[in-house]
This record gives sequence, structure tokens and C-alpha cells, in this order.
Amino acid sequence: MAKFKEALNSGKFVVTAEVGPPKGTDITETLEHIDLIKDKVDGINSTDNQSSVMRISSLATCVLIKQRGGEPILQMTCRDRNRMGLESDLLGANVLGIDNVLCLTGDYVTVGDHLDAKPVFDLDSVQLVQAVRMMEAGKDLGGNELNAPVKFCCGAIVTPESDPIEPQLMKYEKKVKAGIEFVQTQAIYDIENFKKFMQYARKVNGDVKILAGIVLLTGAGMAKYMNANVPGIVVPDALIEELKSAEKGKAVQKGIEIAGRMIKQIKDEKICDGVHIMAIGREGVVPDILAAAGL
Amino acid sequence: MKSITKQKDFEAVKEILEPFDRIFIFGCGTCTTMTHTGGVEEVAEMCGKLQELGKLVTGSTVVPTACDEVTEEIMKQHGQAIENATAILVMSCALGVQKIASYIEKPVIPAVDTLFIGVEDTPGTFKEACDQCGQCIIGETAGICPITACHKGLVNGPCGGTSNGKCEVDKERDCAFTLIYNRLKIQGRLDLMKKYHEPKNYHVEPRPKVIKVS
Repeated sequence: MAKFKEALNSGKFVVTAEVGPPKGTDITETLEHIDLIKDKVDGINSTDNQSSVMRISSLATCVLIKQRGGEPILQMTCRDRNRMGLESDLLGANVLGIDNVLCLTGDYVTVGDHLDAKPVFDLDSVQLVQAVRMMEAGKDLGGNELNAPVKFCCGAIVTPESDPIEPQLMKYEKKVKAGIEFVQTQAIYDIENFKKFMQYARKVNGDVKILAGIVLLTGAGMAKYMNANVPGIVVPDALIEELKSAEKGKAVQKGIEIAGRMIKQIKDEKICDGVHIMAIGREGVVPDILAAAGL
Repeated sequence: MKSITKQKDFEAVKEILEPFDRIFIFGCGTCTTMTHTGGVEEVAEMCGKLQELGKLVTGSTVVPTACDEVTEEIMKQHGQAIENATAILVMSCALGVQKIASYIEKPVIPAVDTLFIGVEDTPGTFKEACDQCGQCIIGETAGICPITACHKGLVNGPCGGTSNGKCEVDKERDCAFTLIYNRLKIQGRLDLMKKYHEPKNYHVEPRPKVIKVS
């Protein structure tokens, strides 16, 4: 069984982090980040042209993670490839030793850096999960036999703070029915709200493991920016005040402290099964966040 | 249903007409008249602009519906003026442009870009209504088409980019799935939102699409 799946099944508090592939062929920093976190987490996501900005492919970055001894989680969005492209990359990923896949719809092209590009969205995230499960049963989406099936630990995402929440939850139920094994949530900051989401999730979930999304806050400005511009992210005023209270030049330190505190609370109160840490561009501080969380 | 167009930038029209000195202009009395992109006034304005460039406008007409069969008859009535032209400039949607091009060997050049098939939402505002996908699901989505109302054309529910019922791509636009949810709720049919929709068939009618009605 794949390492990440084993961790999910073990009942331990699971921790994943992610690396954002670089734009260009210099992978020095990416490799540094992978090396810093690979032995401290149960899985490392590689983002897929995140924010619709063209970069090294998620699949290639997963291979790098694997080569460095990490456990890669392949993020796949539906924005850039049709069903044939996605399926063929799933086959490729599996034979290269990538055992985990996270299925996402993907941001729209016009939020990124190729504004004139054709958006694909041949499949959506639920259909992509279905495709993975079909390929595990030995067939592709065209109904054709594979000479050998794939095997993945397959996950998806959910946005617990989405407003209105009901349509989001209905889609989440479809993902659960399609057979996801784990969920990494969009960033959460209001733990009480998240507990309400978890009450609902536990009802529809079956065995799906839920990892709460933790995005590192790097300052009050960033928090306010996310509140104004990133759908589904709500940073409470109290946290913004706390970030403001940080000494000059220490805001990131405060953000690390907040992330560590949240992770500790989630773990101590057994609110969900683990966390997914997104340090967006500051992957080097993930070990500090883990230390702050007592992990 | 209307074919929604916008006028091409005049510089682009000027560039493509550069090799041609004698022009016949067609407008359309239906869609481009309604969108003010190729009706009587716009055709007159185009005549003036081309004349200013030193071109000879051999004639012009606004046909009732450029994509209709009648267009061929009207073209015959303008036979001499069309014969005198070296190129035909068409201020109708692409349907009319192609109809006219099918009747004549001379270069036929569009003066407008065809954007979408839409309906007038509020006076002067046209909204895309149908992508003509060949697999209509609006019976299950409360009459709202997620293929056109959602910028990603999703069918299984909202993406993570929805915020306060609006779309991340444009905060002025409603999230299709919030609209669908609200209406299905009123209809007492929310269970429909939990229905899984299979990947679409993009070849219900393979391209080039041709249907023979018997």
C-alpha cells in the first residue's frame, strides 16, 4: 500500500504540505523545499499551474518529489487537458510511482497569466474522480480496456466557508459518492465554523479522511487581501488584529505561531483527521509551523 | 434568439480591404440591426468611412434577414452593383456572411465579429443563453443553463470560486449554481442538485454539423 494511504489508514494525525512548481527550469529552490519537508510530512502536493499561471507540470514535479524520497500527491485540474490528456497523465503518473491524486476543477484562465488561452473543462472535478475509479476498474472513459488498471489514493477538495454553503455541500456529496478517500479543504481560520462543517461532513463521509487547509498568514495586509479577493476564505478580525500586533518584521513569525496554534487545536480536539499546510511561496517555514504545532 | 455581434475595429476592416478599391456593402435587418452593428445607419456610416478612404462604394443594401434564402433574390436585384465591386463587405453575423459567400465567387469580408447566440436581458443588454451543445439539461437546472451561465460550463455544482453567490471571474456576475440552487429550492426540487451528470458528449452532432429535416 502506498505510504500516504497507509498514513490515512493508520489513525494518526496526518500532515500534508505542498510545493508550487517554478516558472522556468531552475528547480534549485523547489528541491530545497522538497528536501526540507519530505521527512516531516505524510505527503507533498504538487500544484497544477496554480492560479492559472503556467509553470513546470505537476506530474514532473511529483517525479522530482519521488526522486528526493518524498511522497507526492499529484494535483490535477480540468482546466488545461481534455479527458484523454487527463487519463493519459494518470496512466503515466502511476507507472512513474505516483500513487496519490487530488482532483480539482481548476481556476479559470482569466485569473492567471495566459489570458487568451482556451479553457478546457472537458471534465469537472467529480467526473475526474469517476475517471480515476473507472481506470482502477480497468477501463477508460471511452469504455476501452486498459492492459492493466491504475491504482490511486484519490482525493478532492471542499470549501467549508463557501457562501452559500448548500450547493458546495451537495457537490461534496457527489465527490464522496464518486469514491474519494481524502479531502484537503480550502483554508480555514474560524475553527468554530469548521466544527460545524465537520458535523455535516461526518454524516455523509463514510471513511473519507478530512485534512483541514492551513494557509500561512504572512501579515495583516495579506489577510485583508484574501478576505477581499479569495472566494471561500474568511480570516476573522481577531486574527488580523493579532497579526497587526506583531513587532515590525515579525509578522511572518506571528503567522507561523497562528498556524501552529490552529493545527495543535485541531489535533488536540480531534476536530478532523489531519491538516494540509499551504505556505504559498514560503515552503521553507513548514518545519517551523510543525514545530509551533508541537509536531 | 439573436446572433450577437460587435463591429470590428475600423482599422482591421481598413487593413483587410486594402487590396480592394470598389466595395459593395450588405447590412442585415434582423440581428445586426437590433444590436446596432449592421443596420441602415451603420451601413450608411460605413459607406462614408470607406469613401473617405478613397474607395468607391458601388452600392449597398440592408437585406431583411441575411441568412435567409431571400438574400439570393436581393443579390440578383443588385447584380450590376455587385458585379462592379471587387469585394463585398458584410455587416451581418457570420451566418449571413457565409450565406452571401455561398452565392458569389468574389471575396466576401465580415465587418463584424459574431460573439454568441443570446437574448436581450434588459434593454440594450444581450446575454448568452445557449451554447447549442445538443444535450439540454435545463429541465434539471431550473431553466438556467450552467453551460453558458457558469464560465467553466460545469454541470455537477459550483467550483471553489463562488463567493457570496457571485463568480470569482467577475464579481458583478451571479454564480450559476447559486441561481440554480435558489430556484430549485423554490420549486422544491433540490434533490436534482445531487444528481451526478456524466461527462458530456461533444459529438452529439459531429462537426461540420448538418441535420436534414424530413
